[in-house]
Amino acid sequence: MDLSSAQVIGAGLAAIGVGAAAIGVGNVFGSFLESALRNPAAADGQQGRLFIGFAAAELLGLIAFAVAMIILYAPPSA
Amino acid sequence: MAEAKIDPMHQFTVERIVPLHIGPYDISFTNSSLWLFIALALIFAFMLQGMKRQLVPGRWQVAVEGLTGFVDDMVRVNIGPEGKKFMPYIFSLFVLILTANLLGLFPLAIIPGQHQFTTTSHFSITGVLAVMSFSIVLIVGFARHGLKFFSLFVPHGTPLPMAFLIAPIEFISFMVRPFSLGLRLFVAMIAGHILMEVFGSFIVTGFNGGPLGWGVGVLSMLFIIFVTALELLVCAIQAYVFALLTTLYLNDAINLH
Repeated sequence: MDLSSAQVIGAGLAAIGVGAAAIGVGNVFGSFLESALRNPAAADGQQGRLFIGFAAAELLGLIAFAVAMIILYAPPSA
Repeated sequence: MAEAKIDPMHQFTVERIVPLHIGPYDISFTNSSLWLFIALALIFAFMLQGMKRQLVPGRWQVAVEGLTGFVDDMVRVNIGPEGKKFMPYIFSLFVLILTANLLGLFPLAIIPGQHQFTTTSHFSITGVLAVMSFSIVLIVGFARHGLKFFSLFVPHGTPLPMAFLIAPIEFISFMVRPFSLGLRLFVAMIAGHILMEVFGSFIVTGFNGGPLGWGVGVLSMLFIIFVTALELLVCAIQAYVFALLTTLYLNDAINLH
């Protein structure tokens, strides 16, 4: 297997992490919605925390994306 | 397969418009600076139009007051009354990032040879913003609490044996803040724009590729409309998250915990 095909396969594997982050982000908003419907009066006060959780979950997915981009566009060495 | 290759990374290249060199430093006026100035001009136009202090506010003034009120609320809820003096910084941060993000989605590419430039898609911009936030946190923290600021690394009520374990972890999570703050914004912008460019190229190659390709083209078209709507949401969320996290870090520095 030559290096450029290995690069593409590696980038594809790194993209799995983005899917995992999607589960995380869905979990954050899903749990928020579930509890917001149980107690709508308290929901507005928790929106800051909702976005902190969202930002933390999303960051990890974006790091996976950055890794995929680094692998894909790295100059083929050797 | 002889069609021109569409390069999704080309939209992020910084091009010199007015070359300027001082010694070994390149301080050219680039398209990045141009779009920052456009963002600045838009913000000024928007704000000045709404700052006429009419007794009965018009639509424009209500829009401006809504924006300032939104940021003011965020600062007051997260920092408390002492956050009032950081309100101008948080507001500038939020409005600048929001405007730059939204300008990046502006469909200027319909004019041949032109394309808009997303200033927030470069780590050099978002990184500087993040480092600015981080330095303000450090300066405020040390100015207010002196060396007591280091108690930030040991949460209240930690048992002594655990403190040796928790302090390094808290220290790392504190030091990684500027990177995560800048990285999040810049990667989110880059990812969205690459996605749109890649599916845009699917439309072009799809419609050139016979009847089966038309189906691909139409599907990509529908998807790209959905992605554009999503990107508008992401622009707002990323600006909000950047400002929110800055207020939270400031809150740590002002109130300790």
